[in-house]
Amino acid sequence: MKELFPAKQVWGFVFSLILTVVALLVYFFNMSKATGMTIFILTAFIQAAVQLVVFMHARETDDSKSIFMTLYGAIFLALITVFGTILCMIWGWSY
Amino acid sequence: MGFFSRFLIPNPSPVIYSSMVAIGVTVLLIIFGLTHFKKWFYLWSGWLTTVDHKRIGIMYLISALLMLFRGGVDAVMMRAQLAVPDNKLLDSQHYNEIFSTHGVVMILFMAMPYIMALMNFVVPLQIGARDVAFPRLNAISFWLFFMGAMLFNISFVIGGSPDAGWSSYFPLAGNEFSPHVGTNYYMIGIQIAGIGTLMTGINFLTTILKMRAPGMTLMKMPMFTWSALVTSIIIIFAFPVLTVALIMGTMDRLFATKFFTMTDGGMDMLWANLFWVWGHPEVYILILPAFGLFSEIIPTFSRRNLYGYRSMVASMVFISIYSFFVWTHHFFTMGQAAYVNSIFSITTMVIAIPTGIKIFNWLFTMWKGRIRFTVPMLYSIGFIPLFTIGGVTGVMLAMSAADYQYHNTMFLVAHFHNVIIPGVVFAVLGAGTYYWPKMFGFMLNERIGKWAFWFLTIGFCLAFFPMYITGLDGQARRIYTYSESSGFGPLNMISFIGAALMAISFVLIVYTIYYSIRHAPRDVVGDDPWDARSLEWATHNPVPEYNFAIIPQVNSRETFWDAKYKGHELFKGDYEKIHMPNNSGGPFIMSCIFFVFGFALVFSIWFLAIIGLIGIFVCMAHRSFEIDHGHYISVEEIKATEAKFGGVNKWK
Ligand code: HEM
Ligand SMILES: [Cu+2]
Repeated sequence: MKELFPAKQVWGFVFSLILTVVALLVYFFNMSKATGMTIFILTAFIQAAVQLVVFMHARETDDSKSIFMTLYGAIFLALITVFGTILCMIWGWSY
Repeated sequence: MGFFSRFLIPNPSPVIYSSMVAIGVTVLLIIFGLTHFKKWFYLWSGWLTTVDHKRIGIMYLISALLMLFRGGVDAVMMRAQLAVPDNKLLDSQHYNEIFSTHGVVMILFMAMPYIMALMNFVVPLQIGARDVAFPRLNAISFWLFFMGAMLFNISFVIGGSPDAGWSSYFPLAGNEFSPHVGTNYYMIGIQIAGIGTLMTGINFLTTILKMRAPGMTLMKMPMFTWSALVTSIIIIFAFPVLTVALIMGTMDRLFATKFFTMTDGGMDMLWANLFWVWGHPEVYILILPAFGLFSEIIPTFSRRNLYGYRSMVASMVFISIYSFFVWTHHFFTMGQAAYVNSIFSITTMVIAIPTGIKIFNWLFTMWKGRIRFTVPMLYSIGFIPLFTIGGVTGVMLAMSAADYQYHNTMFLVAHFHNVIIPGVVFAVLGAGTYYWPKMFGFMLNERIGKWAFWFLTIGFCLAFFPMYITGLDGQARRIYTYSESSGFGPLNMISFIGAALMAISFVLIVYTIYYSIRHAPRDVVGDDPWDARSLEWATHNPVPEYNFAIIPQVNSRETFWDAKYKGHELFKGDYEKIHMPNNSGGPFIMSCIFFVFGFALVFSIWFLAIIGLIGIFVCMAHRSFEIDHGHYISVEEIKATEAKFGGVNKWK
C-alpha cells in the first residue's frame, strides 16, 4: 500500500500551497517594498523548482541531464533579457 | 444593428469592397468545385486529418504561396502609391494598413510557413526517419498557424486591418490611438500562429535528437538538418517572449491593464523591448534554415562536398546563442545612454563574423567545382553577392551613432529586404524547385524558372537599391507620400518598376508550376534527378507513405553520395512491418475552435469566447483519454509498393 501512496506529490502539493499563502501575506501585511519583493522572488523561484522536480518529474528519467541543460540555458537567456532590459530602460536611461 | 455594426470596416474603399466580393466568389467556387467533383471526402481524409509530415509540408507550402500573393499585392500597391510625388492612389490610413499587414503577412505567414514547409518535408527524410517525433502535434502546429493566419487575413474585410506597423509599437497600438479592432487581430492572430510555431520547435528538436537513422551522429547530419536543429532551439527560447508580450498587449487592449500605457505606471517602451527580444532571434529563425538550404543546393550542383562543415556548424551554434544579445540595435534612438548603445553595437557587429565565415565556405565549395547552372543553383549564386550587400549595410546600421541617421528611413527598409529577399526568399524558391520532384514526382520547367529568377533578381535590385539613396537623403519609411520638391520622385519610380518586375516574376513562378503540371513528363525523373548527396534522395519520388522501406544505415556525412559512388551499403536486412500513426480530425477541429475563440476575443464577444475556450479544453481532454495505437503497414503491402517503384536499391 505504501508504494501506491504518492507521498512525494502530496507533500509537494501542500508545500506549494504554503508558498502561495506566504506570497499572499505580502498583500495583507503592511511591509516595505523591498521586503515584499524579496518574499515574492523567493517564493516564486522555490515554487518553480517544486513544480519542476515534483510534478514535472525533472529528475526521474535518464534524460534528466538534457532537461537540466535546457533549463540552465533558459535561465541564462532569461537573465540576459531581464538585465539587458533593465540596462536599457533604467540604469542606462539618459532622458 | 448595434451588435453587427462592429463588423463594418472603419475606412472602406472600392478596392476593399471588390476584394470582399472576390473573396466571397472564391469561397463559393471552392465549395461548388468540391461538391461537384465529389472531393469533400478526399479533402477530409487525405489532407485535413493527415498527420503525415510530407502532406503537412505540402499544405504549408500552399499556404505560403497564397500568402506570398497577398503580401505581394500589398507591396505593389505601396510602391504604386509612392511611385510619383503627392500621389492620391491610397490615403494615409490605407497606406498604414497595407504596410502593417504586408510586414506581418510576409514574415510570419509567408517566410515562416515556407521554412516550415521545407523543414517538415525534408528533415525526417534527411535523417532517415518515418515521421516527426509527434506527428499529431505537428498537425496541430500547422492548423494553428493556418487558423491564426486566416484570422489575421480576414481583418481587412471584417472590422478593419491593423495599422500600427508590423512591430505594432505602443502607445500607438494602444486603445487610445488605435481604437479599432485591427490591432486586436494582430495580437490574437499572431498569438494563435505563434503557439503553433513553438510546438513545431519542440517537435523538431525532439525529432532530430531522437530519431536519426543508426550511425548518424550529430557531426554526420546534413547541414539543413543542423540548421533546423539550431532553429528549433532559437524558436523554443524566443517564441515564449512573443507569447508573453502579445498576452500583455491583448490585456491592455481588451481588459484595460496598464502594461504598455504611458500613464499609471505603464511602460510603453517595454513593448518595443520585448518585441525585439523575440524579433531579432526571429530573423535568424528565418535565415538559418535558408543557409541550410543553400548548403544542400551548392554542394549538389558543384559536385563537391561542403567546404568547412565544422565551421558551418560552429558558426550556427554561435549565432543561435548570440542572436539573443543584440536586440537593442532596433531602438538605438529610443533614449538610452551612449554606453548602452555601444555595448549592443559591438555585439551586433560581432554577429556578422560567423555569417561571413559561412559566405566564404560556400565560395570555397564552388571553387574548382563543376558547376551546373540549374534554377536552384542560380538562386544560390545570386544569393551570395546580394546577401553580402545586405550584411554590410547591416553593419552600417549597427553603428549606433550613425544609426541616428539611418533609423526609420528607407535605408533600413532596403537593408532588411536586402537580407530577407536574397536570403530567405531565394532560398525557399530555389529549394522549392530542388525538392519539387521529391514532393510531386515531376520536375519544374527550367526554362521558365530561369526567366522567373532573372526577373526577380533584376526587379529586386531596381526596387531596393534606390532606397539606400533616398533613405540617406532622408526619405522616411511608413509615410504615404512625399512632395515634389524633395526630389525623391525619380528614384521611387525606379523602385516601382522593380516591384513590377518582381510581380511578373511571381506570375512566372505560378506559370512554371501550372505549365509543369500540364506538360512535364512523369515517371522519367527517377529518384535522384539532380545527382544529389544526402539521404532524402535515397528513397523514391514521390516519397511513399513510410519514407524508407528499410531504415538506412549511415556511416559517413554524405551518405547517399558514398552509397552511390563508394559502395557503402545503405539498406541492410529484410522488410518488416512498419508502425505508422493514425490520421485524426482532432487537430483541425481544435484549431477551428481556436479560430472562433480568437474571433470572439477580437470583437469582445464574451459568451462566444467562453464557449470557445471550453471547446478547446474539451478537445484536449478528449485527446488525453483517447486510445490510439496507430496502425501497421504489412510486409506484403510494402513489397507491392516497392515493386512498383523498383525496389529499395534501384539507384545502384
Ligand atoms: C550581418 C548581419 C546583420 C546586421 C549587422 C544587422 C543589423 C541590423 C540593424 C542594426 C537593424 C536596425 C536598424 C534600425 O532600426 O535603424 C536591423 C534591422 C532589421 N534587420 Fe538586420 N542585420 C543583419 C542581418 C539581418 C538578417 C539576416 C535579417 C533577416 C533575415 C535581418 C532582418 C532585419 C529586419 C527585419 C530589420 C528591421 C525591421 C523593422 O524595423 O521593421 N537582418 N538590422
Ligand atoms: Cu536585429
